[in-house]
Amino acid sequence: MPGHAIEIADLAFHWPGHAVPCLDIPHVCVEARERLFLHGPSGSGKSTLLNLIGGVLRPERGRLRVLGHDLPALAPHARDRWRADHLGFIFQQFNLLPWMSALDNVTLPCTFSPRRAAEATRNAPLDGEAGRLLTRLGLPESHWRQPARRLSVGQQQRVAAARALLGRPELIVADEPTSALDAELQQAFIDLLLQETAASGSALVFVSHDRRLAAHFDRCIGMTEINRAAAHGG
Amino acid sequence: MRTRAILRIARLSAFSRRSTLVLTLAAIALATALLIGVERIRHDTRQSFVQSVSGVDLVVGPRTGAVQLMLYAVFRTGSATHTLRWSSYRALADHPAVAWAVPLSLGDSYRGFPVLGTTPDYFAHYRYGDKRSLTLRAGRTFERPFEAVVGSEIAKRLGQTIDSRLLLSHGAGNDLLPEHGDKPFTVVGVLAPTGTPVDRTVHVSLESITALHLDWAGGAPLPGVTIPPELATKFDLTPQEITAVLVGLKQRSDAFRMQRFVNAFRDEALMAVLPGVALDELWDTLDIFERALRGISVLVVLVSLAGLVATLLAGLNERRRELAILRSLGASPLDLFLLLACEGLLITAAGAAAGLLLVTGAAWWLHDALRGAFGVELSTLLPSPDEAWLLATILSTGLLASAIPAFRAWRMALADGLTPRQ
Repeated sequence: MPGHAIEIADLAFHWPGHAVPCLDIPHVCVEARERLFLHGPSGSGKSTLLNLIGGVLRPERGRLRVLGHDLPALAPHARDRWRADHLGFIFQQFNLLPWMSALDNVTLPCTFSPRRAAEATRNAPLDGEAGRLLTRLGLPESHWRQPARRLSVGQQQRVAAARALLGRPELIVADEPTSALDAELQQAFIDLLLQETAASGSALVFVSHDRRLAAHFDRCIGMTEINRAAAHGG
Repeated sequence: MRTRAILRIARLSAFSRRSTLVLTLAAIALATALLIGVERIRHDTRQSFVQSVSGVDLVVGPRTGAVQLMLYAVFRTGSATHTLRWSSYRALADHPAVAWAVPLSLGDSYRGFPVLGTTPDYFAHYRYGDKRSLTLRAGRTFERPFEAVVGSEIAKRLGQTIDSRLLLSHGAGNDLLPEHGDKPFTVVGVLAPTGTPVDRTVHVSLESITALHLDWAGGAPLPGVTIPPELATKFDLTPQEITAVLVGLKQRSDAFRMQRFVNAFRDEALMAVLPGVALDELWDTLDIFERALRGISVLVVLVSLAGLVATLLAGLNERRRELAILRSLGASPLDLFLLLACEGLLITAAGAAAGLLLVTGAAWWLHDALRGAFGVELSTLLPSPDEAWLLATILSTGLLASAIPAFRAWRMALADGLTPRQ
């Protein structure tokens, strides 16, 4: 396992048809198991950066190593495969397939990643591991087999977190996962997420526009600090 | 493993949108039922026609269309406009190449069922299906005037059993036609079912037909003249005119020679048709209608599949989030293409299956009615190879049509990445 979860140097990206670059990042490094809080206003390139880290977009130039893999060098289908194996995503809301049960949503990554399926079933059957994560994240068992759309937003985010954690991916990327939650639920969710990523040994990149949430993270950086395009372009 | 998972996701996703998809599915089901139904009726009608005539080498009648002659002489639909003389029949029957010749006299009816005047030879020589001969389920064949042998369908529908009485009507038809009310017939025999027009026919002797019309002239009773049945039998009841003749030859190879003999017959204008040739001519005539019907059914199927494409495309925008979630879990754009294609195929397959069920149910339901009214025996069994081929075509067209929304999903996946632009 290499020492860095994410290594960015001299990275540039701009959307086709746009004159100004969207990202121009001289240098960023995230250590393995590090919990990073990344903040920035909307339009500062957060989503684009996450798409690059997820291997969905490809940078124009620069160095982008995630978990030791040189992403730009991989073919698109290999990046999809890599993402399935090593990354867990949590989005702002509507994370789940609403017509699937909570439990099925949690085990969904195994559909696309045999590696995570193998990891998740090392000690217990798949549903057992999914249930263990749901229990740790505080979703009562009576809700496990309900369709995801019947759950409250807070419950849905817990299911999403359990899904991201299933099979211990090395990197969890959370994109404003608490912005749809009530204030009192936000901190509780973040504490749970920090605790569980630590337990599974994953690194965490937590993106939010709200700096007040940064308290318990190892490090806090702003998009405007690392992205020259955002700093100049406003 | 992965394809199975995608299929499962497609199934669950489609099921969650069942309220909108059920209409699309119903449209595909109805279109499939129409296409298969048209095909089945076409096939079964032909089958029924082919079944009705077997072992007859020539059908002879007054000069008319070959198809028309077949239609009334064998299938008992349509009506004879001319007759042929008894002397011509005798000449034909005495011809050295002829093994047997059965005279047919049509024109009367019983409650809409055709009445056939013939000789007992008819029961000996008529063959249907795979050269099977007629058998009596009850009673005997007619021996005297005013005795009738009825087909199984008549017996079943009207409850006619041995010794019941029939009052015949003059002409092919309905209740308004004058009845031969003064000369009732007695049922002496009921035939076993054959699945041919025989089931819908009342068979009587030629002499009965002559006796019925002794006091008639020009299609109406002679005013002031009534000849009661007991007197009628005292007359010479040899018919003067009949409608058609079924001919069996000693050697089938004589068919063309015999046909020339009949067509060149001197005393009156006659024609002879080979049943197989006449049937081919009939198929040619029906072909245009069949093609038109089939063309319409194909269009209806295409319209229903266009509906499927429209529904899937319309739903795609609301599903951008769903596609982005799958993408974040590692689904490739190709996976999402497959997801949509599977969904389209699933709906098409479910629709086609429902359509097949519908048409089988309808065939089962209408089976008796169609046999009674037209003598068409619908097969209610599994789809024939032709139908299987049609179903396969519907499925592959459905899959092809689903490629449109699937391609759109693929494009969306590339454009949206993990964060769909709403």
